[in-house]
Amino acid sequence: MPNALSKTLRISTSPHVVRGLGTEVIMRNVVYAMIPVAAFAVYAFGLNALVVLAISVLSCVITEHYLCRWSNKESTVSDWSAVITGLLLGLTLPPSFPLWMAFAGGVIAIALGKFTFGGLGYNVFNPALVGRAVLQAAFPVAMTTWSPAFIEGRFSHVSSSLFTLPFMSPTVDGITGATPLAALKFEQVSTGTTDLALGLISGSTGETCGVLIILGGLYLIIRKMMNWRIPVAILGTVYILSGLFHLINPVVYPTPMFMLFSGGLMLGAMFMATDMVGSPITNLGVLIYGVVIGVLVVVIRLWGGLPEGVMFAILIGNALSNHIDHLIRPKAYGTA
Amino acid sequence: MTESPAISTNASTSSTKMLVAMVGIGILCALLIVVTFQGTLPRIERLRAEALAQAVFKVLPGTSQTRTFFIDNSGQFTEMVAEETAVTKVYAGYDQQGQLTGVAVEASGQGYADILRILYGYQPQSQSIVGFHVLESKETPGLGDKIEKDANFLANFEQLDVSLAEDLKQLQNQVVPVKQGEKQHPWEVDGITGATISSRAIGDILGASTMEWVPLIYQQRGNFELNRDSQP
Amino acid sequence: MSATTSTDEFIKGLWRENPVFVQVLGMCPVLAVSNTAENALAMGLATAFVLIMSNLLVSALRSFIPKQVRIACYILIIATFVTITDYAIQAISVELHKSLGAFISLIVVNCLILSRAEAFASKNTLGKSLMDALGMGAGFLFALFCLGAVREILGNGTLFGLALFPDNFESWIVMILPAGGFFTLAAWLLIFNAINERRGTS
Repeated sequence: MPNALSKTLRISTSPHVVRGLGTEVIMRNVVYAMIPVAAFAVYAFGLNALVVLAISVLSCVITEHYLCRWSNKESTVSDWSAVITGLLLGLTLPPSFPLWMAFAGGVIAIALGKFTFGGLGYNVFNPALVGRAVLQAAFPVAMTTWSPAFIEGRFSHVSSSLFTLPFMSPTVDGITGATPLAALKFEQVSTGTTDLALGLISGSTGETCGVLIILGGLYLIIRKMMNWRIPVAILGTVYILSGLFHLINPVVYPTPMFMLFSGGLMLGAMFMATDMVGSPITNLGVLIYGVVIGVLVVVIRLWGGLPEGVMFAILIGNALSNHIDHLIRPKAYGTA
Repeated sequence: MTESPAISTNASTSSTKMLVAMVGIGILCALLIVVTFQGTLPRIERLRAEALAQAVFKVLPGTSQTRTFFIDNSGQFTEMVAEETAVTKVYAGYDQQGQLTGVAVEASGQGYADILRILYGYQPQSQSIVGFHVLESKETPGLGDKIEKDANFLANFEQLDVSLAEDLKQLQNQVVPVKQGEKQHPWEVDGITGATISSRAIGDILGASTMEWVPLIYQQRGNFELNRDSQP
Repeated sequence: MSATTSTDEFIKGLWRENPVFVQVLGMCPVLAVSNTAENALAMGLATAFVLIMSNLLVSALRSFIPKQVRIACYILIIATFVTITDYAIQAISVELHKSLGAFISLIVVNCLILSRAEAFASKNTLGKSLMDALGMGAGFLFALFCLGAVREILGNGTLFGLALFPDNFESWIVMILPAGGFFTLAAWLLIFNAINERRGTS
């Protein structure tokens, strides 16, 4: 059959490019989906959040550009992936985070999380989360100094801690607020679900408004640019597992809705765990991956030393995804 | 078959040679170690004694002279005149007026890496621990050894409550370690994040040691007073 | 043996076959005791001393030690010098001994020392073995210092305990933690390889 042979068989690693839907198009749409989240962050936290987001995006793009030039590759800045990393990183940082730390986080995210593995498509871990993990380990105090949302004068006044000189520690000005998860873990105070879902709480810039994150995710799912099984598996696992614990002992364990809408779970499940490079390829693999992350989130939150576990859960999930693919690989007929 | 005798002789000579080599090197090494040990021992002991003496001054603020006490056969604290080993010693400190500034007690227990040896100063007047020093530790440099450097942690021992209960036989509140930032009572030892095990170990060692020693010292606090006849 | 070859042996250890950056040997002390420059330097010196002394003794006894029991003999010799070092450090300063503590006895299992005894000293003359040990020891010391300096500067804002920054320096806590050791080692390996590659291509 000469006709069949004349067609080229294309073999590539993920992201698989089918029918002209290039990396750049998908990435651009992910950015569209994240714009409402970022906009709400700016609305809730004012100029602080705007500056932090801008700096983390800028540092990611600059790092990407220079590392591409340094390794004699064509600059991949125009494919939007560095912008996404920067946005995601910025959305996981506290609103009054010192800018030099945010910049360092962006450099680490791209250099350590992406380029040491060979650039886009080869990174084992979600770069934004790598950046955040290093920041969390290096500056635990600054990473957990939250300023409350909707304070007055947030559009005219910028927190002085933002402009801390490089390598200096920030001075905490004004009021700080505990995140709902920290309040639950250390003070046994629960926050109402409506406040959580609408984002009327303190926390990282982008992890507050669950509803907008879901809308962004839905947009991507409808446009078939994201595997819906990942967020569904993660959120479903968290809901069922924490629901079980809540049924067993409602005094100690929070409600499943609280677990779903608090912390970075929504953001992580929608935009970070769904990173095409770091997640398994097959549908079954993706489901296993989501369940593993969901279980880890619940375990770390309920029994771990840290109030929030989404970051580590996704990083562990990233590390496992290759092995999940390997485990569930279909056997060729006739082999053992 | 023709080759087997040759092999066996070969093996026997080489095993002799092996034995000679190993025993020879063993003796040489043993000799080297013993010589170094003997050579450095006096200096090591002097340095240790100096460190201990300095530590006593450090854990009992305001001390200008010290005396060593031990528990004699009748269970009483007696001043040690001649050097005696193998008894538990405590060190009483006095200020320039000859007033008792406190009693330094040595304690040890399991740390993260190895046995921790510490010295703490107990002040019977205020019924509290007024000083603390690590004599020996193999805790991880940079992490566990924060127990010697962390200012916040050391502040625990400026005034740690070890008041006795009314029967004077046990502590009102045992010294207990707590997580960093959770200290609420004067008898709690605030821990160090990043050196959790080591700082907890210190709290536990202090807890056990004070339970044993503080009632004894307090009941016999008169024994530590300098002889009145030596006072002007 | 000519002068050029002995300097060659020395340079080999310091740079071309650097025990840490090229051979990646003895990682336990490299990662564990490089949290401050002072600890790194003391550890490097102690290791270099054990390396030099054991290389000398192994080389001197190389025709006397039967092949079958050579490893046991090397370990015996190395352990002896480690014990001596332990006493020596205690005699020098209680403080120093306190901060190095457990890692002195761990020099025994530093694969660098055993590998030099096995791969070099057992086959070469006394003079060559001395130069080899000096080079390797200096290379190890250099590498440890590189790590220790970076980690202390970033993790504590100091070098040899002297403050380099104003008081409100924000320390990168991760750098003093074990993870910081891995990061710093990786960064130095990257730099080292980049330099060597550039030299190789030019």
